[in-house]
Amino acid sequence: MSRTFDLRALLAESGIGAVLDELDRDLVGLAPVKMRIREIASLLVVDKARAELGVAVAKPSLHMCFTGNPGTGKTTVAMRMATILHRLGHVRKGHLVAVTRDDLVGQYIGHTAPRTREVLKRSMGGVLFIDEAYYLYRPENERDYGQEAIEILMQVMENQRDDLVVIFAGYKHGMDTFFQSNPGLGSRVAHHIDFPDYTVAELEAIATSMVASLGLSLSGSARQALGEYLHLRREQPNFANARSLRNALDRARLRQARRLLEAGSVDAAMLTTLEAGDFRASRVFEAARTPAANEEAPC
Amino acid sequence: MRITQGTFSFLPDLTDEQIAKQVDYALAQGWAVSIEYSDDPHPRNIYWEMWGMPMFDLKDAAGVVAEIRECRKAHPDDYIKLNAFDSTRGFETMRLSFMVHRPKQEARYKLRREESAGRLVRYTLERA
Repeated sequence: MSRTFDLRALLAESGIGAVLDELDRDLVGLAPVKMRIREIASLLVVDKARAELGVAVAKPSLHMCFTGNPGTGKTTVAMRMATILHRLGHVRKGHLVAVTRDDLVGQYIGHTAPRTREVLKRSMGGVLFIDEAYYLYRPENERDYGQEAIEILMQVMENQRDDLVVIFAGYKHGMDTFFQSNPGLGSRVAHHIDFPDYTVAELEAIATSMVASLGLSLSGSARQALGEYLHLRREQPNFANARSLRNALDRARLRQARRLLEAGSVDAAMLTTLEAGDFRASRVFEAARTPAANEEAPC
Repeated sequence: MRITQGTFSFLPDLTDEQIAKQVDYALAQGWAVSIEYSDDPHPRNIYWEMWGMPMFDLKDAAGVVAEIRECRKAHPDDYIKLNAFDSTRGFETMRLSFMVHRPKQEARYKLRREESAGRLVRYTLERA
């Protein structure tokens, strides 16, 4: 006897299509990330069909590691991940607990274990997001308590796989050494997802949505100035992708405010438009003209 | 003698799944759950030992059930109960409390009768 399964109907029923479409719409670029999320979603839907058929399916291990340069959207995607996994029925509650080293590691002997356990208890039924996870392991200090936190994490990740999903995040280089020095942890993390840097075109698309969410708009010349700014800024040190962009927009808003106050009386269009001058006043342009004076990162 | 104390105590012992559902209900109400144990389940003994800190900000029962298991492992011959505390102004008290573990050999109590002045009789519950 053979039964056919309408996987599409199953997918529609879970409401996951809407979440994935939203992900595509709201997040610019990040093609490999979206691909991997779609794969995970497909796996969970197929598993659901298998379970209906009566085939015993072990829940897949969905612990993840997000690596990528600053400002590439690791935290944003982690937030979405909790919703997606909840809709797919992999986690029961679908909340996200975001922690860093400080929340896990204690200050004195015997302080770390209860602290880590408490965080783990809080994230049961949801997603635990450990930002800058490589700080957990400090090889230069052999009495560091980070190791203890890692051991408890590993134990819970293995034994209570059904209860929570752990997502590690950090810069590529740091995470690579972190997993090399903790091979047990690396093998328990099934999905290593690398977040690529944004291209200038993608950053411009992000800028458009950021500006819109601030209730502002860019004039035609401002758009061009921003494009040139991004080209120059990308080549300079400490470029943090979308975060640098947000900072640039914040500074442009400051300059705009000053300009408007100096102008005295303004109309509605002026209040909500960023002009080219607001961007061209940036030190990035100046540094590009005089490359010699480029010692500290201009902003 | 079976000790009956707290909610559900006249029912058969709850399974872990049933406990998890009760905890989920408590968490959904916004109550903070804590675990206590004692070897003296006398009704007048209100001072039970705390098993760790009360658990705040939980979303799911899995963490609580794991703690109950740990506590059972450490204190198999004690009574363990679960409390859910409601911090809402006006309540500020336990809203739910029930036993989640009892020893194989239950504590025994006997009633002691004491003749007092005149024809007065005092009764006390005493550990047998």
